[in-house]
Amino acid sequence: MKENNIEELERQFQEKIDNDIKIEPRDWMPDAYRDTLIRQISQHAHSEIVGMLPEGNWITRAPNLRRKAVLLAKVQDEAGHGLYLYSAAETLGADREETIDDLHSGKAKYSSIFNYPTLSWADMGAIGWLVDGAAIMNQVPLCRCSYGPYARAMVRVCKEESFHQRQGFEIMTTLANGTPEQKAMAQDALNRFWWPALMMFGPNDAESKHTEQSMRWKIKRQTNDELRQQFVDITVPQAEMIGLTIPDADLKFNTETGHYEFGEINWDEFWQVVKGNGPCNKDRVDARRKAKENGMWVREAAAAYAEKRANRNKEKRA
Amino acid sequence: MSNANWPLWEVFIRSKQGLSHKHVGSLRAADAQMAVENARDVYTRRSEGISIWVVQSNDVFASDPSEADSLYEPADSKVYRHPTFYDVPDGISHM
Repeated sequence: MKENNIEELERQFQEKIDNDIKIEPRDWMPDAYRDTLIRQISQHAHSEIVGMLPEGNWITRAPNLRRKAVLLAKVQDEAGHGLYLYSAAETLGADREETIDDLHSGKAKYSSIFNYPTLSWADMGAIGWLVDGAAIMNQVPLCRCSYGPYARAMVRVCKEESFHQRQGFEIMTTLANGTPEQKAMAQDALNRFWWPALMMFGPNDAESKHTEQSMRWKIKRQTNDELRQQFVDITVPQAEMIGLTIPDADLKFNTETGHYEFGEINWDEFWQVVKGNGPCNKDRVDARRKAKENGMWVREAAAAYAEKRANRNKEKRA
Repeated sequence: MSNANWPLWEVFIRSKQGLSHKHVGSLRAADAQMAVENARDVYTRRSEGISIWVVQSNDVFASDPSEADSLYEPADSKVYRHPTFYDVPDGISHM
């Protein structure tokens, strides 16, 4: 294609974006737009799938049947969310198998929050309340993302996820109102998950290399720092309401701006975890790899069964 | 045989009697029966449907977005196909 032709296509593409016309799979799009989306959507899918592991750890040890049924339903939802997202990535031409291999080889990233261990039952509360809370904060603007299949997947995910945060907060509330030991457990979980939850929004705007282009393409609608601030403003009063303390000595409400000011995030820790040196990075990827290997016979059996059924149908018709 | 060889299926759900099936997403499955079962698990966990269609994605033949102008322009120029094109005198009702 001639160069001025590409320029013209790019101009038309940006015009559609500026007019809030969604881009659909078979529409022309710049390669960089496609690559950015494949990277972001597959990372998002990996996060849903790896995100099942820290919670899966507690399904068999849930304190009662109600909590167990709820946790099972939540983890099952995450599997579904992974599927919606892998499917959205496939509409862009990403190969499902390759995408998953990239996770297993360590080439592809997933949300760094899932590289922290879940040490007590209270962590199920902290994850639902803070981790799903932060995820929802990130995902709500993605429902208006310029790429149709991603936006539609996000609408489904957000609808389903609203119970996730509530069940987590309910666990925290129950523990916070329980015995001193239970309350201490809730506080300990908050202490361990608060800062990693703030890191979920990614680097500060000044350090975020993709933000500007992604905003122009309307893949991203709000910056990392804007979303992080919203999360802090909403979450701090919730913690106060149930009598828990945010582990941040610098946290204070600014009456002039109407926002909370909070302490400096430990970005060294963030980058260490992103680079693979978090407490559970190796465990998580190993678990995924093992799941794929151990599930191989099931997939083979399903394929053999499908073939047998197809042959039987053929015979019947003959 | 690995997962890669499972075909991709498009999933359509009828949310209740009287409404048509609507596209909700896609998934991979070894055959049509498995696609329906997986669609049940993934797309109807909250009573979203009472009937499922699955169609292999390869079997969907789609119009080309770059031909949209020539395909749909003829409809744009025929405004007389819409009732608002016509003048109805004052005082006339039930029309």
